[in-house]
Amino acid sequence: MASNPKSGTAVAADVRLVETPFDPSAELAHFTAAHPSAGGIVSFLGQVRAGDAVEALELKHYGPLTLPGMRGLAASALGRWDLLGLLIVHRSGIMNPGEPIVLVAAAARHRRDAFAAADFAMDHLKSESWFWKRERVGGAWRWIEPRPDDYADLARWDMPGPV
Amino acid sequence: MSLKLVFLGRLEDAAGAPELTAPLPQPATLSALLGSLPPTVAEAVSGGRVKLALNGRIVPCSADTPLSDGDELAFLPPVSGG
Repeated sequence: MASNPKSGTAVAADVRLVETPFDPSAELAHFTAAHPSAGGIVSFLGQVRAGDAVEALELKHYGPLTLPGMRGLAASALGRWDLLGLLIVHRSGIMNPGEPIVLVAAAARHRRDAFAAADFAMDHLKSESWFWKRERVGGAWRWIEPRPDDYADLARWDMPGPV
Repeated sequence: MSLKLVFLGRLEDAAGAPELTAPLPQPATLSALLGSLPPTVAEAVSGGRVKLALNGRIVPCSADTPLSDGDELAFLPPVSGG
């Protein structure tokens, strides 16, 4: 729970780390229905890319840090923009091409707050959250190292650097 | 005493398992623990960008960090995003 910086009212974020596939359409429908006073809802869906010879993707997390870190990120976004609601659903475990990895949605009275908060949340989830990723190609798993672009994305927000 | 060691990301491959139990004489420190590990594992977890979490909290990597029986120590390489 964090206070909306403009109205001072409490806004709850819905932040979940899930081990099994989720339905982004159903999540978004539920989130939209829960925020009828929002003038705009911006969402981002990340999914496992098909066609790169990648057979599967696995995301590993560390229980004591990963979900608490995601909640902290949501609180930062709620404190920074005028939001009515924020949804973050993130997978852990093994995923197949085409399966959803992450869904972020931000509801706000006005669209710019919603766009910015969703963008901010994604940049931080990609570069700062406690996830380790590996992919299976030709039957062999290999760990993915962080990309320099992820750090550059984070620098856009003028925040402390990645962990 | 014994510690639970957790190896995240590529460190799991270096350690040969995602978790290990490390027996150590008391009183123990981080440097004593590293000295008790196989050299290849100690080298992998001592890399510049590996962070440490002791019982779920990030702690500075200091050789004299005290360790207690039952502690969970996690080695966290750079994260690679969602």
